[in-house]
Amino acid sequence: MLVCKGLSKKYEDGHVALDKLNLSLPTKGIFALIGKNGAGKTTLTRILATELMPTSGKAYIDGMDVVKDVAKLRDKIAILPQESRAVQWLTPKQTVYSYLLYRGFGHKEAMERVDIALKELGVENYKDTLNRFLSGGMKRKILVATILASDANILFVDEPTTGLDPISRADLWKVLNKLKKDHFIFLTTHYLEEAEKLADMIGILDEGKILGLGTLEELRNKVKYQYSIRVLQKNFVLKSKVGTVIRGVDGSMQILTSAEDADRLSSKLIKDRIKFSINPTSLEDIFYYLVKKPIEEDTYES
Amino acid sequence: MKVNKISQLYASILVNAIYAMKNYPITLINTLLAPLSILIIIVLVSHGALLSVSIEGALIMTMVSGGVSLQGDLSHLKNDFKLQDMVVSSPTSAFMYMTGMAISEIVYSLPAFIVLIVLAFMFIHTTIVGALIIFVILALMFAFSIALGFLLSTLSSDIMQNWAFSSILSIILTTIPPIYYTINYIPLPYRYIAYLSPTTYAAEIVQNAIGYLPLKTSNLIADWLIIIAISIALFVIVMKKNRWRES
Ligand SMILES: Nc1ncnc2c1ncn2[C@@H]1O[C@H](COP(=O)(O)OP(=O)(O)O)[C@@H](O)[C@H]1O
Ligand SMILES: [Mg+2]
Repeated sequence: MLVCKGLSKKYEDGHVALDKLNLSLPTKGIFALIGKNGAGKTTLTRILATELMPTSGKAYIDGMDVVKDVAKLRDKIAILPQESRAVQWLTPKQTVYSYLLYRGFGHKEAMERVDIALKELGVENYKDTLNRFLSGGMKRKILVATILASDANILFVDEPTTGLDPISRADLWKVLNKLKKDHFIFLTTHYLEEAEKLADMIGILDEGKILGLGTLEELRNKVKYQYSIRVLQKNFVLKSKVGTVIRGVDGSMQILTSAEDADRLSSKLIKDRIKFSINPTSLEDIFYYLVKKPIEEDTYES
Repeated sequence: MKVNKISQLYASILVNAIYAMKNYPITLINTLLAPLSILIIIVLVSHGALLSVSIEGALIMTMVSGGVSLQGDLSHLKNDFKLQDMVVSSPTSAFMYMTGMAISEIVYSLPAFIVLIVLAFMFIHTTIVGALIIFVILALMFAFSIALGFLLSTLSSDIMQNWAFSSILSIILTTIPPIYYTINYIPLPYRYIAYLSPTTYAAEIVQNAIGYLPLKTSNLIADWLIIIAISIALFVIVMKKNRWRES
């Protein structure tokens, strides 16, 4: 289990990045922590990865205190920090190999693990090319190979796909999906699609607080709305109370509703010949519902 | 798993010295060039009179710039590649990482060091005790500059600033003070400025050991005390300021 109890972080300049945060989740599969820039994702990740001291509160990973049981914990965790880059004057092989030495492996075992990890990510053909000549997606793969080559079974990956093209991103998703069989992966992202595709558990972080935690299904239940109806016609006015309305930046209207309301509303929209689309509530809908307070809520009595 | 400490030490030496030298052999020339070029100028201008003094000067410079470049390297690896963050969350301790990085700077300056040692054997004539003194002073200068490098790397996370710091320090500590020549060459009122740099004291001791600079015993002892005190003070501050796990 990963447990945080009243975990707070106040930086030296007085900025509160984590605010008495509570969290409890199993350490298996992929946990995706989603949140806007500045939500506190990196701060939480770094505290859990024993890089940063919390100001107050407690955090435990599989019973180990992240402040007190540091030595024990560091044998089991590995981190890919946000904006980490493969050292440019090394080759992929040298990158992974030197990291394995830091992890305390001897030469022979390190060499074997380098080969396995680079093959696993399909980059073995580039193992002797300088990192600086590799593409962005390839560099990121080298870094993922680096942490997976170790024997750590708890991996922190802080925004590993930010800035990658869609194909490289999908490639990395495949790798993470494979890794989750024998690792616990603590992933942060601001791509909601990524969390939706990969995560077994999702946490929504905003202004240093967890606003929602659970599987996608559990989060849907939490917001009580299973369907999302997007009205494609501009200037549409809703006459009856059918859930929660979110207005898009383009002025379009999106209505989160329960199953019965969705049924009622869609029949009415069809009858009135108003164009709309209907989908199961996506993580994005839930995220906006929880994070960005809906602009108008439940105010549509006719 | 049993952790191999030698591996952990070696990792920093690989990353910060051996791989850089192997993948970019041009860096070997770079480390040689600075001390040798000043040495050649001083020897030419003095018509060879200052040959042995400037060889030990170049040795001091090589030791000091090793530590000073540690400052830029540490900050580069931490802030631009996040390598240090990855290492903090691993079984490697702060001590192992930092010691490995310190040794890597010696390895990095080995080409210059070897050339200068050969020159020293050829042109510096001194006693065994003199040789020992030179060795201890070089080690002390290295320790001093390493500590200074650590300290400065914790002060700023801006790589441009750090690189600027590095070259400024290098000049203040090794080019301006009288280490390639004796302090007598500097007119009296300006000598006091030279004494602001610890390398001046180190150079005095070494110049005395090879018979170039007569010094009163009390001055000699004072020189030793000053550089030892500065080095210890720096190490104490570094220990206190150590930001392995950030707060
Ligand atoms: N070292 C720091 N000193 C002061 N404030 C910081 C520091 N690091 C992060 N912050 C602030 O804390 C908040 C959370 O940052 P971060 O954890 O990096 O968020 P995220 O990873 O979700 O983008 C932000 O407002 C950020 O500006
Ligand atoms: Mg972040």
